[in-house]
Amino acid sequence: MTVTVKTFARLTEAAGALSSERGATFLSGGTLVMRAVNEADPSIQTIVRTTDPNYAHIAATSGRVELGAGVTMAAILAERDLAYLHPAARAVGGPAIREAATVGGKLFAHAPYGDFTTALLALDATVMLAGGFGQRELPLEEFLTRREREAALVAAVAFKRPGNGELRFVKVTRMHPKGVAVLSIAALLPGASGRVSGARIAYGAMAPTPVRAKMAERALEGRALDAAGIAPAIAVAADGTAPVDDAIASAWWRREILPVHLRRLLLGESASMRRA
Amino acid sequence: MKTPIQFRLNGEDVATFAESGTNLLDVLRESVGDLSVKGGCWQGTCGTCTVLIDGAPRVSCVTLAESCAGRSIETTAGLRRGADLHPLQTAFMENFAAQCGYCTPGMLMAAKALLDRNPSPTREEVVDAIGGNICRCTGYEPIIQAVLTAARGDDRRRA
Repeated sequence: MTVTVKTFARLTEAAGALSSERGATFLSGGTLVMRAVNEADPSIQTIVRTTDPNYAHIAATSGRVELGAGVTMAAILAERDLAYLHPAARAVGGPAIREAATVGGKLFAHAPYGDFTTALLALDATVMLAGGFGQRELPLEEFLTRREREAALVAAVAFKRPGNGELRFVKVTRMHPKGVAVLSIAALLPGASGRVSGARIAYGAMAPTPVRAKMAERALEGRALDAAGIAPAIAVAADGTAPVDDAIASAWWRREILPVHLRRLLLGESASMRRA
Repeated sequence: MKTPIQFRLNGEDVATFAESGTNLLDVLRESVGDLSVKGGCWQGTCGTCTVLIDGAPRVSCVTLAESCAGRSIETTAGLRRGADLHPLQTAFMENFAAQCGYCTPGMLMAAKALLDRNPSPTREEVVDAIGGNICRCTGYEPIIQAVLTAARGDDRRRA
């Protein structure tokens, strides 16, 4: 089957083509789409891409951080102002994949992939969409529930810059240094040095898309990050999750080890990559 | 539909035609004839097809060939200079870092990407650099030692 590639110099032109053409798929870094093309996925008839430099812009110095959807994991690792995202970016593949994999592409990865999106969900990121209608914004949590139906182009993500040490991340794998996730956890813990207020916890590989751990978040409100303080959150850690059985781990095992790794993360005992 | 593509390959200009939507690996092997690049999984998983694009490692099987227009690509075919092997190639031989040899081109390019930007890596940095490349023969230790040997510049043939 022939695949047509359409390259646009401007993001808005690419967004227009993506919205108006049936069977069009946007190519960001290629790690998901080219894999499907190699497997002759019949749903991919036209590839739309852009060379617009704005697609890969980074604005990381102010309180509101904006990352173009074309920003790669390697670009994040090269940016000192994004140090709080380095553990999540480093968790993605090996160096060659990190040079290709993008912020926008990761939003479409199916479990057990998409660890970086878990960190963005904990950061309460907003997805900026471009299409024939112009631009609009959507909370990442909402976007993840409708991403398969979304015809607009993901142009960027934005979030409030976390305070020092407020964002914690762990990816649990069976192989090191590179392995597919058994699960991943990202936790934004405002007030981490005293009582936690407004925590946001997100899980990867515990549902078809990254999901919030809302029961654990509520149980953590106003509590100290010590063994007694986090106990109620650990007790409800797996509530609301829907992991699948796959070649990496069974759903049962994912639920069993989730509280263990959440506990370690909240107590600050976790490296960013851990063996299961 | 065939699409014209031009890029630099190991320092030389290349112009070829490829089916629209083809990955770089297939273009290098089938259109250009550079058989030093090996295909393993065509999923971006095994790292065997690793090449350097503008100095950065990339898995060529999930890289759209058309996105490489005007860029500089390096493969293992361009490593040696005349009769002289690249220090990494020599170190791989000296350290028995190739067994079946299928992963070797990708390992060499992943290691070159590391040494080009970090000539004195730690063992941990070497492990990270080849972390996306699968080897089912060696258990990785000889490969790690070969990269560290090449970095130190103390392989016997160069001494």
